[in-house]
Order: sequence, then structure tokens, then C-alpha cells
Amino acid sequence: MDSANNAARSFNKVIEILDRYDRNASKIIPILQSVQEEYRYLPQEVLTFVATSLNVSPARLYGVATFYSHFSLEPKGKHILKMCDGTACHVRGSSAVIDALRDKLGLSAKKITTDDMLFTFETVSCLGACGLAPVLVVDEAIHGQVTPEVALQLLDEIVQKEQQHA
Amino acid sequence: MSNVVVKVGVASCGLAAGAGDVFSRVQEYISEQKLDISLVKTACIGMCFEEPIVALSGMDAGTIIMGKVTADSIIESLDDYLAGNPIRQRVILAEKGDAIHNELLANQKRIVLRNCGVINPESLPDYEATGGYTALRIALEMEREDIITTIKDSGLRGRGGAGFSTGMKWGFAFNAVGDKKYVVCNADEGDPGAFMDRSVLEGDPHSILEGMAIGAFAMGADEGYIYCRAEYPLAIKHLKIAIADAEQKGYLGNNILGTDFSFDLHIKEGAGAFVCGEETALMASIEGKRGMPTIRPPFPAESGLWGKPTNINNVETWANISWIINNGADAYKQYGTEKSTGTKVFALAGKIKNSGLIEVPMGVTIRDVIYKVGGGMKTELPFKAVQLGGPSGGCIPEALLDTIVDYDSINKTGAIMGSGGMVVMDQGTCMVDVARFFLNFTQNESCGKCTFCRIGTRRMLEILTNITEGKGKLEDITTLEQLATNIIKGSLCGLGQTAPNPVLTTLKYFRDEYLAHIEEKRCPAGVCTSLLRYEIDPEKCIGCTACARKCPVNCISGSVKQVHNIDQDLCIKCGACYSTCKFGAVKKG
Repeated sequence: MDSANNAARSFNKVIEILDRYDRNASKIIPILQSVQEEYRYLPQEVLTFVATSLNVSPARLYGVATFYSHFSLEPKGKHILKMCDGTACHVRGSSAVIDALRDKLGLSAKKITTDDMLFTFETVSCLGACGLAPVLVVDEAIHGQVTPEVALQLLDEIVQKEQQHA
Repeated sequence: MSNVVVKVGVASCGLAAGAGDVFSRVQEYISEQKLDISLVKTACIGMCFEEPIVALSGMDAGTIIMGKVTADSIIESLDDYLAGNPIRQRVILAEKGDAIHNELLANQKRIVLRNCGVINPESLPDYEATGGYTALRIALEMEREDIITTIKDSGLRGRGGAGFSTGMKWGFAFNAVGDKKYVVCNADEGDPGAFMDRSVLEGDPHSILEGMAIGAFAMGADEGYIYCRAEYPLAIKHLKIAIADAEQKGYLGNNILGTDFSFDLHIKEGAGAFVCGEETALMASIEGKRGMPTIRPPFPAESGLWGKPTNINNVETWANISWIINNGADAYKQYGTEKSTGTKVFALAGKIKNSGLIEVPMGVTIRDVIYKVGGGMKTELPFKAVQLGGPSGGCIPEALLDTIVDYDSINKTGAIMGSGGMVVMDQGTCMVDVARFFLNFTQNESCGKCTFCRIGTRRMLEILTNITEGKGKLEDITTLEQLATNIIKGSLCGLGQTAPNPVLTTLKYFRDEYLAHIEEKRCPAGVCTSLLRYEIDPEKCIGCTACARKCPVNCISGSVKQVHNIDQDLCIKCGACYSTCKFGAVKKG
């Protein structure tokens, strides 16, 4: 019963988002952005619901959702680490940091979220903070001139905080 | 209230360096000490390498700008400044007297960046105080054709990279027949290594709004979009504030400044697709579709957003408009060369000392940009190449550093001006790896519409990966060149048409490196891990066992006081031994 209530509540949120954008199909991208902000990914049942409400085919919505890299059809971890692998970061050694973090988290270019759903690690092409390359974004905080040691230390800090909470 | 102002640079780069803490510390100190001074936020002055940056002004000493400020050092400097004493911390720019970087600014001409790091980007009055929105007032009094003629006469060319005449483009949209027209600002700055647009959007958002309002008036548009990539949250925040303030003050919205001209401006956030920087893809994305380019003609000027005449310009182009209207086409033309007038903003990054944003008149040499304005190399290794134009551009070698900055001269090298990213590389950078890096990027970002771009870039990437892994064959070079030609011919949009440039320029100027990878299975820069080999120099090894203990796969044999040996079959080339050895006995090659 509880889960049915939860589901109804979350669809209310989707309806609110749809209304905010006047159920206008040309606002598909901002609608999906808001949905993703709510759920941290795009759940399939929500996508179907959105398509029906906007009177577009689920295929068209799926087409948009898979075209843009910010949309994720898979749930993401609680903490999101984004390593910039733009030119400046690459030239100043981002690969070593990427390898170190993937190694530590047991992730790869394909598998980006840990099994315990604690971390998602992604690379992004450029954050525009090239003067401080290489750059790592941990949740919302930007860190400049990151080395593998610094990155692993930042990771450790989160793990320790999580353990304290647990 | 006294005239003393403390300005803290809190753009993305400043924040990454710790400007937030500096700002909070000054705020606390002002309230603790009940100081009668103002504390304001500003954006980026362009000297990312000196962040966090704080400017003090209002005392007899004039404006003093300090770099690498910390929460502690700022209080000491503030006390010094208020007491009229010399500042003991790192002064980078000073209005009166000497400072470390005074001459760096002297070599620049700032038109686009005129307000960046100077005004508070969240304050409309600040923008107005520098003459903001006077150009809009002037334009609204002008004949619409005269505005377009002025822009045409200024010689301004599209700063997004292609370099098409802005005035001519405006003329097309002006002449297009339609009851509804749009203007669009392309702020989907996706080139890795470029951050000019971010800085202008974060630091001087009203200059974009003013330029767009002038353009909309001249071309007869009443609605506009700023398409900004979502990776720039601060830019989006500042744009939202600026639009709300400008609407309230009557610079945007209905009946602008009491005239019958109305202009509504919206922000459209990108969702992570590099190809959306291409104008037809960008429009598809605004319409809520997959951002795939369409064939031209029809050009956006005839049939753009929702089939209506549309004019799209890049951020930097729009930022030039109000300056040109205020100062005239001739004043603009006095900077630059005959065919490339005005200034160009560059984002300097990579192995360069003064990484950050600079703006120079067109016509200076690339060498001067790197060595005079950029301060030269950051590392001890010598210069190898400078990458211009991101994934669409190319790598320029030492021998061509005297090429001047203008669209046509740079095109001749095989690179392109691009939007202004300049990534400097030293001898420790592998050019095959750089080419592979860019191909990986374009291959990922290809929208998949054109076969050659979709599959051709993938094939090129596979070949380049093989070469960096020591599996390359000599005929691969010919295949790469053939594929490159076909991708250029067979692609609809700029992404595909320019994707092979990084490979072609590195093949042209750094062919030796490709050959070393293929024939000798060697990476001269020591970057490609598969080709790396760590060996122990028996002359230098004292048998301390430090490397053997560090090795994660236990592939180093040898006991105490005996020369050690690395088992090449087991070695994973992690470099742990190399960085551990204190005697330089581990050789990398």
C-alpha cells in the first residue's frame, strides 16, 4: 500500500512538471531535465507517462532521451564524480586520475555506477575550467589541479562520512 | 560609506580555486570589525592561473589586484590597504606602481572582455555605469539598414569559428520575408579546452543581451533564444538574473525604451550534445528534437526555428555588437588585419604558464600570444605544438609559430581559428595520442546521420588506437588519409567536415612520431602505456628494494644490495617503480 502511495505521489510530481511546461511537446528537453532532477534518472514508466501526456510516440521521447548525454536511463549513485577529460585536462594528466578512481571503485567506461549505488563516476568532455586542469567535480564542488592521490583522498572522505552516518 | 571596495572573483575557475572561502572570510571580518567598506562579487579577469583573485580599490594607492589569495592572506592585505601601507602579499596588477603582471594586460586589447572581472555581473546598475545599454538607445534611433551597414563595415566575422561576415548574415535575415523572425545566441561552447564564452556569460551577461536586442531590432525579430550548455550552471544563473533585470528596466520585453519594438528572450539549456553547436542541430534541439543537423539550403536566414527566418551568432560575436555601435565601424577596424578586423579572445590552457583568458588584436603572431601574453612554457620541457580550434582544428608546430592570428592565415596551416581554444603542448605530449583523443571525442559526438562521419571516425579511431598500442602498420597512414578525405567530403555538417583535421595536421607536422609508433613500436613522448618499457639501469641501482616493494604485481626481482630486474612479461607499466626510485635507476622509454 505504501509503495502504491509513493508511486501516486511521484506521478503527481511528473504532472506538476508537465503542467509547468504547458504540456508542450517542443519543451520535451526541459521536461526530461526536470524529471531527471526529480528521480536522478529517467524511469521507463515515467517516460511512457510523459509520452502519452504530450501526445508523442514513446519512440520519439526515447529518441530524445538517448540522444543527449545528460539523460540517463539507469539509476545513478548517491554521489556523482565527474572527471573532466577535455583537451587541457587530458594534456595535464586526467587519464591517471580516471584510472585511479575507476580502479578504486571497480568501475569502467561502461560500468559507471557502483553496486552499492553509492558512487557514479563519469567523464565529461570539458567543464571550461581549463586554467585549473585537471578538474574533478565531486557532487557540486569543483576541485582543480587534481592528482590521483587527491582524488582518492576526496573519495575516502565521502566513504568515511557515509560510514559515520550508517 | 567609504569608497573602499573589495571585489572577489567568483567565476567557476575562482570558485574551484577557493574564492568562496575568501569571500566568506572577508564578509565575516567586515561585520566583526564593523568596517565601512563594500564587498562585491565579480567574475573572471582571465588570469585563471592566479585564482583566487581579489581587487581592492578606493584608497590613495589606487586599484590593487592580488593573486593566489587565501582566507588568511586577504585579511592581512585588507588591513595593509586600509592603513595605507604597502601590500605584503602577491600583487598581480596595480593601477599605480609595479606589479607582476601589469605588462600582460598592456599587450592585450579588451573589447569583448571589457567588463569581465571588473563589474558585478549580477548588477544591472554596474553594467549601466560602464555605458551599458547606450548602444541600444543609439540603435533604436537608427534606421535598421544603417545598423546592418555599420556591422558590415566593421568587418566583424563570426567568432564561433567559421568566420562568416556577421553583417552579411544579418542582411540575409533582414531581407528574409516573414511575419515572425528569431535571433539565437549559440552558447553551446563544446570544444574541449575552450572557455571564452563561459567567461563572458558569467562575467558580462548584459553585453550579450544588449547585442541581441540590437540585432533583433535591426533584423526585425521579436523573439530570441540563448542556447547555453548545461555544464555552465553559473552562466545560466547570471543570464537569468540579467534577463529579469533587463525586462524590469525596459531593455527587454514589450515596447523597449518606449518604442514600438518588443523583444522576448529565453534561455534554453543544452543537454549534453556537442553537435548542437552546429546551427541546424541547435535549432532542432530548441524545438525539442534530437539535435541532428539538416541539409543547407535552406539556410536558417530563410527557414530556421519552426520554419521562420532565424539568425544565429556566437556569444563572442554578440558581445562585440554594442561596442561597435557605440564606437563606430572605423574604430573597430583600426584593430586587426584588413580581412580579420577587431580582436579575438583566446582561452590559453595546457602546458602554458599563464593559463586563462586573453584578448588580443587580430594580426599578432601566435608566438607573441604564447610567449608575451601567455608567459611561455609552464614546464621545463620545450614547446612542441599548439592546438587551435579543438576537435575541428589542428596542431601547429614550432616552425609555424610566426603565423599571424587571422582567419585566412590560420586556415593555411591546416588548423582553424575555431572559437578560440589554444592548448599548448610540450615534448611530453604524444601527438598520436592527441589525435586519438580528438577522434575519440568526435566519434562519440557524431550524431550518426552521415555514414562517413558515423563509421569513418570510428574506423579512424580504431586505427589510431592500434597505433598507440604498437599494433600499427605502415599502410595505416594511407588508410587514415583516405578516410579523412572521404569523411570531409561525405559529411553534412561542420562536425564531420572538420573531424579529421587533428589527424591530418599531426600527420603533416609530426609524421615522425607516427612512424616511431609503427616501425619502432616506440612512443617518443613516453605517453602511450602499451609502448612504454621500464628498465633498471644496473649502473645506478643500489639494490635498496624500494621499487620491488612498491610494485603491485611483484614483477621486480632482486635481493638487498643486488641489481634489480623487471620482468617485462608481467609489468603492467603503472610507473610506480619509476616514481619510487630515488636514484634515477628506473628508466622509462
